[in-house]
Amino acid sequence: MVGAFFAFYCAPIVAKVLPIPGIGAFLVIILGVMIVCAILGIIIEYLAYRPLRARPKLVVLITAIGVSLFLEYSGQWIFGPDPKAFPELITDRPLIEWHTLSISVNQSLILGVTFLLLVGLCYIVKRTRIGIAMRAVSNNPQAAALMGINVDMVISFTFGLGSALAGVGGVLYALYSPSIDPLMGILPGLKAFVAAVLGGIGNLPGAVVGGFLLGTTETYVSASSLSTYRDAIAFAVLIVILLFKPSGILGKAEVEKV
Amino acid sequence: MSTRPKLLLLAAIIASFVISLFSSHINPYYLDVLVGIGINIVLAASLNLINGYTGQFSLGHAGFMAVGGYSAAMFSIHCSGKILPALGGGLFASQALFVVALIAGGLVTALVGLIVGAPSLRLRGDYLAIVTLGFGEIIRVILQNTEAVGASRGLTGIPLYTNFFWTFSIAALAIYVITSMVHSTHGRGFLAVRDDEIAAEAVGINTTRYKVTAFVIGAFFAGVAGGLYAHFKQYLNPDGFGFMASIEIVVMVILGGMGNMAGVTAAAILLTLLPEFLRVLSGWHIPLPFTDASISLKWIAGTRMILYSLLLILIMLLRPQGLFTWKIKKKSPSGK
Amino acid sequence: MTTPASTIDLLRMESCTIQFGGLTAVSDLSFGIGENDLVGLIGPNGAGKTTVFNLITGVYTPTSGSITFQGKSLKGKKPYEITASGVARTFQNIRLFQSLSVFDNVRAAFHLHLRQSICDTILRSRKFHKEEDEIENRVMELLEIFNLGRFRDAYARYLPYGDQRRLEIVRALATQPRLLLLDEPAAGMNPTEKIELMRLIQFIEEKFKISILLVEHDMQVVMGICRKIVVLDYGIKIAEGPPSEIRKNSKVIEAYLGDTAKTDGTP
Repeated sequence: MVGAFFAFYCAPIVAKVLPIPGIGAFLVIILGVMIVCAILGIIIEYLAYRPLRARPKLVVLITAIGVSLFLEYSGQWIFGPDPKAFPELITDRPLIEWHTLSISVNQSLILGVTFLLLVGLCYIVKRTRIGIAMRAVSNNPQAAALMGINVDMVISFTFGLGSALAGVGGVLYALYSPSIDPLMGILPGLKAFVAAVLGGIGNLPGAVVGGFLLGTTETYVSASSLSTYRDAIAFAVLIVILLFKPSGILGKAEVEKV
Repeated sequence: MSTRPKLLLLAAIIASFVISLFSSHINPYYLDVLVGIGINIVLAASLNLINGYTGQFSLGHAGFMAVGGYSAAMFSIHCSGKILPALGGGLFASQALFVVALIAGGLVTALVGLIVGAPSLRLRGDYLAIVTLGFGEIIRVILQNTEAVGASRGLTGIPLYTNFFWTFSIAALAIYVITSMVHSTHGRGFLAVRDDEIAAEAVGINTTRYKVTAFVIGAFFAGVAGGLYAHFKQYLNPDGFGFMASIEIVVMVILGGMGNMAGVTAAAILLTLLPEFLRVLSGWHIPLPFTDASISLKWIAGTRMILYSLLLILIMLLRPQGLFTWKIKKKSPSGK
Repeated sequence: MTTPASTIDLLRMESCTIQFGGLTAVSDLSFGIGENDLVGLIGPNGAGKTTVFNLITGVYTPTSGSITFQGKSLKGKKPYEITASGVARTFQNIRLFQSLSVFDNVRAAFHLHLRQSICDTILRSRKFHKEEDEIENRVMELLEIFNLGRFRDAYARYLPYGDQRRLEIVRALATQPRLLLLDEPAAGMNPTEKIELMRLIQFIEEKFKISILLVEHDMQVVMGICRKIVVLDYGIKIAEGPPSEIRKNSKVIEAYLGDTAKTDGTP
């Protein structure tokens, strides 16, 4: 939501320098969104989550819900509850046409950006030092600290990165359904959580698999006679998968050492 | 819950009966708020069993409330035609119908609780949370799509049976049943499951059975609360039983201190009164000293959710153990 | 030197193997524990000792082989079922119920032998009160035996370390087991406490008439009280016999390379 709204307000400013619609403007806006959301994410982590690191997970969960509600309703207060029309940052027209299959520019852009970001994210997590640090902290924060890793900085970085990506997600979402309002993030946010759990918490390719599975199932259901059940489908899929694979599709069962 | 819990329960029921006799003298607005408090107490107490005492993240409690509410309402609406005349059609008949409707609603919800709980309770904490949330949403969507219960238009025509007496008697009963169950040797099992499942299994506790039991009993009372709610508002709409409603109940349990029944009851009361308090506050004007002007607090009305979410964050940051949990300093054996 | 399988074995592990992914933690393990036996399970770190405990108590299921207790197979049973059959255990890292008092930690373990129904509990019937009083007495009795009675209302987590270890043992005993598994009970103890512990274990064996299987690193403790010792190395049994033989066993000494001074039982 923050990403989409930032893009909304910043587009006219960028339009003065680069043509809108246009790929240049789009990239500049995306960059701006990532920076703003990253900063917001880091501030939130510092204020609301860091003090609760030692606390039980349910407390952190509730705090996160509180933060989410705070952002959404503050947005409603600041921007007004009415939906706004998102500017056309990229001219949408069919890019590939093959028999009955038609892929538009927007669709390929969304797929392309997702793919690039995922590759980038995997690279960061698997090949860079900060990535190893992230995995170390996730596995055992105390040992990581003893190895000289600045745990606070790593966590801040992770939140910044995650928030930046979420912001981009918001812009992509707005590109595709151009009506934005301050509460637009609730349902996608929930489904993102479901997709992540579906694929196995902590598993990046799993999250993508989960996301695709969820999106595809929802689209099929929307087109079928069960379309009014669409929002419940996401959860139904999740429950069925977890029944058979309690740690998610690609997740590894965490065997607790006794 | 110290010496004679059964006596306390009886006293609470008699007190609520006596008070309800005077209910025509009480401002109807206050009465409404009081009934709302009672219903929230039942909801919070039942969730306290699942989340607080047994340590299972359940984020779909509103779904249980919906199942119970709709079941009880459907029962009253469709069976009143046959039952009321059969029982003489008077006060006794309607009250009996109400009780049966509530119990029916509770039992249906308990069954749903069993269906939801049995597969889910094998899952780890965060996974269980999202699954219970999912079930809550699935229940809501199913209700939204079921014509027989009014779909998204809602269910109307529910008779007004809920009053002060029923609400508070049931609240007292819920608290009694849950606390008397937990404060016993058998009940220590719930807490053991919460503290350390592996150790609990090692001392012979069937952790799955305890978790499912907590779920089913919690669901039963949530269903009864739903029935009370249905026969109070006389209207049910699936939208009111979504994720946010579940969160509001979870907040009551956390605010009260997970597993602290007295604290949870107090938190339920406080959180039911909070919107009313904010409403009153928003009508105030704070006089500025030395001038004739005053600051209007009208803006509070529009920012209710922002204040609520800020409150949530602040409570979690400052007192996550709940407002009402005081660590009684037991004399440590080493004398520290 | 292995003792032949005896038909009166209380616990019998026969050719047990367990693999985790590519790693074989325990391989073809066979040994038995008889009635009133005090057996020690030793081996270098990572030998698979706690894994054996987890196999017996049902936390893990063996990939192959069998485990029988009092003639009945334990394989595939859930941990709480195995405890109900009469096998209790303590944990390497103490696992007390953190939010419960000392008294309640033990009381929770009496749950196994409750005769009341849930209705009795909720309605607080005479049967309920009678049973609760009985349990109160038995819990206090147990606590007093181990000198923990004065701490009954303290939170278990505030107890000094040594007392916590004793409490965990008391809790295990409350389940009325025939076989008690102790996982490194002497860990973190000073020499005086260790001697106390040795006396305690022998006392438990006599008073409660149960068999004890002990995993321990401290040779003084093991050699001092165990009547039979099983030695594991990399998941394989390399020796089994009374302390006097184990002390001299070359394979054992080799496995513990560098600990030769300790294996003769002198402090």
